[in-house]
Amino acid sequence: MLKNAQPNIRDFFNKNNNLLQLIAITVLIFVVMSALNPVKFLRYYNFESIAFSFPELGLLSIAMMIAMLTGGIDLSVVGIANFTAIIAGKLFQATLVGKDLPPSVTLMYVVLGIVIVLVVGALAGMLNGFLITRVGITPILATMGTGQLFVGFSLVITGGPAIVGFPEMWSMIGNEKVLGVAVPCWIFFIVATATAYILNKTSFGIKLMLIGTNAKAAVYSGIDKNGIILKGYMLTGVLSAITGIIMSGRTNAAKSDYGSSYVLQAVLVAVLAGTNPAGGYGTVFGVFIAVIGLMFLSSGLMIMRFSNFLVDFIWGAFLLLIMVVNYYNNKRRAACK
Amino acid sequence: MKLHLRSEFIIGSVLLLAMLVIGTINPAFWHLDNIFNLLRNNIVIGIMAMGVLLILISGGIDVSFPAFAVASAYITIKLVVFWQLPGVLLPILMSIIFGALFGLINAFFVAKFKMIPLIVTLGTGGMVRGFLLGFVGTSMININKMPRPLIDLSKLEIFSGLNADGTHYGLTVLVLFYVFTALAIHFLLKYTMLGRSIYALGGDPVSAERAGFNIPGIQTFIYCLAGALAGFAGILHNSLIWLSNPRDMMGFELDVIAAVVLGGASIFGGKGTVLGTVLGVFMLVLVKNSLIIMKVDTTWQRVVVGVIILAATAITAYRDKKTNA
Repeated sequence: MLKNAQPNIRDFFNKNNNLLQLIAITVLIFVVMSALNPVKFLRYYNFESIAFSFPELGLLSIAMMIAMLTGGIDLSVVGIANFTAIIAGKLFQATLVGKDLPPSVTLMYVVLGIVIVLVVGALAGMLNGFLITRVGITPILATMGTGQLFVGFSLVITGGPAIVGFPEMWSMIGNEKVLGVAVPCWIFFIVATATAYILNKTSFGIKLMLIGTNAKAAVYSGIDKNGIILKGYMLTGVLSAITGIIMSGRTNAAKSDYGSSYVLQAVLVAVLAGTNPAGGYGTVFGVFIAVIGLMFLSSGLMIMRFSNFLVDFIWGAFLLLIMVVNYYNNKRRAACK
Repeated sequence: MKLHLRSEFIIGSVLLLAMLVIGTINPAFWHLDNIFNLLRNNIVIGIMAMGVLLILISGGIDVSFPAFAVASAYITIKLVVFWQLPGVLLPILMSIIFGALFGLINAFFVAKFKMIPLIVTLGTGGMVRGFLLGFVGTSMININKMPRPLIDLSKLEIFSGLNADGTHYGLTVLVLFYVFTALAIHFLLKYTMLGRSIYALGGDPVSAERAGFNIPGIQTFIYCLAGALAGFAGILHNSLIWLSNPRDMMGFELDVIAAVVLGGASIFGGKGTVLGTVLGVFMLVLVKNSLIIMKVDTTWQRVVVGVIILAATAITAYRDKKTNA
C-alpha cells in the first residue's frame, strides 16, 4: 500500500502544481498573520466569524469558476444573488409580516421561498446562457447587461432601500450553528461537494471541461456545446441564488447593491484557485483553499485596523501578482518540455 | 459596405426616429435649453468612450477607466488646492498625465504578461479605487474649496440665451473639448499608420504580428491613451459639476461600454468608428435624459441601460454572424 501511495502523492502534486502553490500561499498568509497579531488572529472568535462569512464569497467564486470553465465569465452573479433575495423578501412581506402564523405555516413559506429563489436563480442563469449560446453575445457583455437588468429590477421592486422583515427561520440559515459548525459553512460544504461531483463524475461536468479545453474538438466529437454551456450558466445562477439566501439570512435584509465588490473578489478567487480564465481547468477544492487564504488575509488586515479600501487595494494587487506568478510558472513549464 | 448596412447609418436613423418621437410627445424637447443640456451630458461619457473605442478595436476591454478618471481628477484637484496652482491648463494637463500613468499599469500587464484585459482592468480598477479612498482621501472637495478657474471654465459659453421666464441658458465651452478629442481620435484611427495598426491588431493579432507590427508597443500606446482620456474626462467632469467626489462614477463603465457597443464597435476587435461611437453616446444620453423628461421613475434607468446593452450587442452579434457566414 505504502509503496503505491508514495508515487501517487508525488504524481498528485506534479499534476496540481497550482494547487500546491495555493496551499503554500494560504499557509504562508496564516503564519504571517498569526505572527503579526498573535493574540487577536488566533482567537476562536476570529475563526468563527470567518466560518460565517466565507461561504458567500466561496459559493460566488465556484459559480464564477464554472462560467470560466466554459471559457466565459459571469459578471451578473451578485446581481442574481441580490435579485433572488429581494424576491424572497417580497414574498415574506406579502405573506408573513404582521401576521401571527403557526410555525408550521411559516416553515412552509420559508421552504417555498427557498424553492422560488432557486428557480429564479436557474431562470436568471438560463437567460445568460440563452443570450450567450443562442443569440451569440459574448459572455462579458451578456452578463454585464443582465447584471444591469437584475440590479435594475431589484431597484424597481424595492425603490432603493433595503427590504427587511425576513422571518426568524430565514435568518437562522445565516446565523445559527448545527453540531458546532455554522449553517452557512454546512451549506457551502454540501453545495461544494455536490458541485465537485457534478463537474468530475457526471457526463455533463466532463463535457463542460472538454468544451473549455478545446471547443472545436468538443463539437466535432459530438458534444452539444450550446446545451452544455446553457446548463453551465444555469448552475452558476443556482449557486448565486444560494448565495443570495445566505447573504439575506445573515444580514436579515436584501438590497439591490449589497456586496457589489464581490464580483471582483470572485474573479480573484477563481483565478487564484488556478482556474484558467480561457477555459478548461479549475477545481472546487482549489476555490475553497483560495477563499480561505483570502479570508485569513483580509481578517488579519482588518485586525491590524487597515481600512476596507486598503483591503480592496491589496486584493487587486494580489490578483495581478498571482497572474504574473502563473505567467512565469507556465513559461518555465513550457521551457521544461 | 452598402450604406443601409453600416451601423452608423442604422444608429443614426434610430437616433433621428427616437428624437422625433420624443419631440412629438413632449415639444419641450426641441427647446435649445434641453438640446444644450443633452450636449453637455455627452462630454464626459463621450471622451471616455473614445478611450474604450480604441481598446475595443484592438480586441481588448477596459473596466478600470472610471476609477482612473476619478482618481486622476481628485488627486489633481487636491494638489492644485494644496499648492495653490493657477489656471486651468496646468490642472487639466496634470490629470491627463495621471491618467496616462494609470493606463501604463494596464499596458504593462496586458502587453508584457499577455494577461486577459478584463481581469487586469478589474484588478487595476479595484486597486486604484482602493488606493484613492485608502491613502488619498474619502471626503468630497466641494464648491467653496474647488479651484475657481475650473468652475469658471465650465461657465464659459459658446452660445447663450434667455428663456421665456427670464432664466439663463447656454452651451458650455467644454463641448468643444469633446469635439476636438473626437476629431483627433478620428484622424488617428483613419489616417495614421498607428491607427491602422490598432485595427490590424484587433482583426487578427497573429497576422498583425507576422506583418511586422510591434504588438506590445501598440498595446502600450492604446492603454496609456485610454488612461489619459479618462484623466481628461475626469477633470472636465469635476469642472462641470463644481466638485470632486472620490466615490463618483461607480458602475459608470457599463454606460460607456454600452454606448460604444451601441455605436457599432465589436467586442471581438477590429471594428468600430468614432462617428458610430459619437452617435452611440448621444443615443445613450438621449434615452437616459428622456426617461426623466417623460417622468419615468429613475429606478428604471438601470433596467433601460441593461436592455440597451443587450439589444445593441444582440444586433452586433447578428451582424457579425451574417458577415462571417
